[in-house]
Amino acid sequence: MSFLRFTKDHEWIRLDGDVAVVGITDYAQSQLGDVVYVELPEIGRRVERGKEAAVVESVKAASEVYAPVSGEVAEVNDALSADPAKVNADPMGEGWFLKLRVADPKELDALLDEDAYQRFVEEQH
Amino acid sequence: MRYLPLTASDRAEMLAAVAADSIDALFSDVPEAARLSGPVDLPRAMGEIEVERLMSRMAAKNVAAGSVPFFIGGGVYRHHIPAAVDHLIQRGEFLTSYTPYQPEISQGTLQYLFEFQTQVALLTGMEVANASLYDGATACAEAVMMANRVTGRRRAVLSGGLHPHYREVCETYARFVGFEVSAEEPPGGEDPACVVDRGTSCVVVQYPDFFGEVRDYSELARICHDAGALLVVVVTEILSLGAVRPPGEMGADIFAAEGQSLGNALNFGGPHVGLFATRDRLVRQMPGRLVGQTVDAAGRRGWVLTLSTREQHIRRERATSNICTNSGLCALAFTIHLALLGEAGLTRLARLNHAAAVSLAGRLEQIPGISLLNRAFFNEFAVRLPRPAAKVVEVLVGKGVLAGVPVSRFYPKNDAVGDLLLVAATEMTTTEDMDRLEAGLREVLS
Amino acid sequence: MNDWSRAVSARQSSDASYETFTGNRGLQIEETLIFEQDSPGHCGVDLPEPAPFTSRLGGLERQGKIGLPGLSEPQVVRHFTRLSQKNYAIDAGLYPLGSCTMKHNPRLNEKLARLPGLADIHPSQPVSTVPGAFELIDTLAHWLKTLTGMPAIALSPAAGAHGELCGIMCIRAALEARGDRRVRVLVPESAHGTNPATAAACGYTVDPIPADATGRVDGAALEAKLGSDVAALMLTNPNTCGLFEREILDIAEAVHRVGAFFYCDGANFNAIVGRVRPADLAIDCMHLNLHKTFSTPHGGGGPGSGPVALSEALAPFAPLPWIVHGPEGLELVEHKTGAAEKSLGRLKGFHGQMGMFVRALAYMMSHGSDGLRQVAEDAVLNANYLRARLADDLSLSFPGPCMHEVLFDDRFLKDTGVTTLDFAKALIDDGYHPMTMYFPLIVHGALLIEPTETEGKASLDRFIAAVKALTAAARSGDTARFRAAPVHTPRRRLDETTAARKPLLRWRPEPTRRQAAE
Repeated sequence: MSFLRFTKDHEWIRLDGDVAVVGITDYAQSQLGDVVYVELPEIGRRVERGKEAAVVESVKAASEVYAPVSGEVAEVNDALSADPAKVNADPMGEGWFLKLRVADPKELDALLDEDAYQRFVEEQH
Repeated sequence: MRYLPLTASDRAEMLAAVAADSIDALFSDVPEAARLSGPVDLPRAMGEIEVERLMSRMAAKNVAAGSVPFFIGGGVYRHHIPAAVDHLIQRGEFLTSYTPYQPEISQGTLQYLFEFQTQVALLTGMEVANASLYDGATACAEAVMMANRVTGRRRAVLSGGLHPHYREVCETYARFVGFEVSAEEPPGGEDPACVVDRGTSCVVVQYPDFFGEVRDYSELARICHDAGALLVVVVTEILSLGAVRPPGEMGADIFAAEGQSLGNALNFGGPHVGLFATRDRLVRQMPGRLVGQTVDAAGRRGWVLTLSTREQHIRRERATSNICTNSGLCALAFTIHLALLGEAGLTRLARLNHAAAVSLAGRLEQIPGISLLNRAFFNEFAVRLPRPAAKVVEVLVGKGVLAGVPVSRFYPKNDAVGDLLLVAATEMTTTEDMDRLEAGLREVLS
Repeated sequence: MNDWSRAVSARQSSDASYETFTGNRGLQIEETLIFEQDSPGHCGVDLPEPAPFTSRLGGLERQGKIGLPGLSEPQVVRHFTRLSQKNYAIDAGLYPLGSCTMKHNPRLNEKLARLPGLADIHPSQPVSTVPGAFELIDTLAHWLKTLTGMPAIALSPAAGAHGELCGIMCIRAALEARGDRRVRVLVPESAHGTNPATAAACGYTVDPIPADATGRVDGAALEAKLGSDVAALMLTNPNTCGLFEREILDIAEAVHRVGAFFYCDGANFNAIVGRVRPADLAIDCMHLNLHKTFSTPHGGGGPGSGPVALSEALAPFAPLPWIVHGPEGLELVEHKTGAAEKSLGRLKGFHGQMGMFVRALAYMMSHGSDGLRQVAEDAVLNANYLRARLADDLSLSFPGPCMHEVLFDDRFLKDTGVTTLDFAKALIDDGYHPMTMYFPLIVHGALLIEPTETEGKASLDRFIAAVKALTAAARSGDTARFRAAPVHTPRRRLDETTAARKPLLRWRPEPTRRQAAE
């Protein structure tokens, strides 16, 4: 059963069993502008909740992508190196960044659900 | 004052427009204790005549290289600069333009930098070059830092043949940026197997080296790569690449150099122009500005600064380097000079340099007491004299000859090199010059 | 009666705008790359062929072609002339670029820098053959020390950012010398990107300080962040909002109280040169930009020069080389010996940017102490004039007078559909390089304007009129102009996204031609 959560740094995380897919939200990609490059972590690397897991670059900005939860990098989206535009076109689907083997699934409970995230985004304006 | 367009009535009108009683009112945020009541204790304004007189007097006290037989190299070289170069770089649109952050009104700058990047890549046999750094020494330090980033290691080995200033700059950066450099003893030519291990981020060699020696670094490149390290090749005399195999063909991963020999005068050491090039796969780790080709809204080819997210104004504390400028106008001079030379001219100019050095070396080798150190050289070589080279050079100054650089100037505590003299000959060196040097040396050493 | 000198009546010309056959537009010529103009074997420099000789290159002769194009001198001159015509420049017009100090570059400076006795001297010549060079460098040092009030100056850094590196390195060296290992450097959020980049490069953690409602450093926030683990505060004064840090003496005192150093980014020295000595503001260390305050030309991106003024405490750590007053006159110290034994070493090859020293000294001597003071006054007056005349059109970010630059933000564009970027691009069509945009980061859509003292009132009035007209156009809903701009330039807006996604960083010969050659 899929379980979707969001962070206040505009990452999304979808838990499928014990592996979670992570990416950045539509709001984030629209703020960044055209994504030109994505720097993804090595497979097997341990990431900590709230610490940098990846970097996403547009023409004028570079943003850290923080790990929403702690875990080990199981897979990364290599397709983004050839086509970083996927992040803009389909941020919640084909524009995914990495998959984590989650250390403690309960960490997701502390994150925002979809409604809470939408409200948070509206407050930004 | 000739550079200040505002008149007294302008100032009065403008003060009224900003509702200030006096200019002092606009400086009211300055703490009273720090306000200067009048001009500081320095001479007052001078017209052009006076400034020119004062500065010409200072200039006249110096022995200009072109006025005497001149054989000094050691990382900065005296070459002919075609007259067109200096005229073109003084066009106001080049001289007084800003960094090309607005590409629509900077295509001149962006296009010549793209040409410069291409020229450097072609000369060096590397795949991609940046739009220049400050100078060769800082380019060398940046190369080491890049190698550290790429390999994840912190220990660089510097060949004993590396220019001492370049080594010193690397040591300064190492101390404060937080990595290690281990410097081999001069004169270089180390056994690669002894210097590289799995903790080495890079080995830095110079080509031709500080003593003028020309070596093949292909084997060293192989050994570096086997150990997961990078090979950094430094060049201080860029003209040599018109005659010798390029570092890219030897397996260099990063190229760092001084480009002064093309387009740029001696200038007492600055401003010069640092060259930097690498392999395509490492381009995102390269410091400095990069110009890339693209199209505009009307579909026409044009150029822009690109991959800027590596740079300080965007990444701030996560930048690849804190560098903000390149050596723009010096890079332009390089580009124009090399455009004038072209393939045929550069190779001929390189041959002229080598021929001059071969002739001079042959003559000096005949002088009793003098021996040549080099197995191979381009336009500079090292000779061993029968007595301290610094003293010999001073005596020759008295004879109106600038005989070369005593190595002891760079290694004052190293007795082993006290009698070594670096001698350079270029296309500017005449037979008469060589006669005067040879005669001078024979006399001093007899 | 002849007809070869008949006048053309203005009435006869039509107003039609049409495409040209060549893509050229009058004086604007489409110019290809030098690589696309290759005449193989051609050369723009006549060089003799050396007499036959035996190569001593040790078997490392270059095999194969380099790939450089051959051109004649006329071709090269025409090529680069055409390129130059695509550039905006100070010589051609005002650059209202905040934080860059784009002032006029006097031509006397160029003439003097090319004197053989200054341009044709080698840094490694015997010291006895270049006494005039050391005299010039020492004179420059004297002027800079007097203007800053500081006792020492390091001249070798090649640019402002390099000077920052030098300053922070000196501070770290001084702390290490007293056995004091500190870890943080405080940097205002409004600071130029080089400040945090420099601090991080030297191994410090960067701790940002917010601005207060007046656009100045938040004193309370600063106090809260100060501690015995702080190595330095890096402050720009006047700051990047164009405002003088009123509380600077209190700030300095607080910084020194915890044993930290006060680094001043001198990029904005043009506002106070000759009117304030930074030493009187209790700073320890300050870099200067010779290419900003002291008029050395920007050259399309460089070269620059970033000397660093140092306090007594930091002077022993200054990078090599030093030029000192010895018993027999000026001496060059190139190694860590004697008084220089604690020097942090070299940051650059040889002696520094001599060519820029010559230019800056000529500039300073031309102005004199009275002229330099006038420079600061006129720079501040010009900026305030723009502020007063544009305050109703643009949105001033902070109340009250400014120093040499004035900061606006994009509130005035709210609901117009026009961004700061669009506004700047439209300004280009009206003949101006845009002001600094999106910097400093502490306001939204920043527009930072610095006219400098070398703009006359008429020039400023024309600029003001253009900005007023554009603002009115934005407010009246003329968004099409802004989205399309610039349209009158050699190139329209360029696709920076593709340039970054698919970097094309050099020319390559076309594959078909290469294959044909094989």
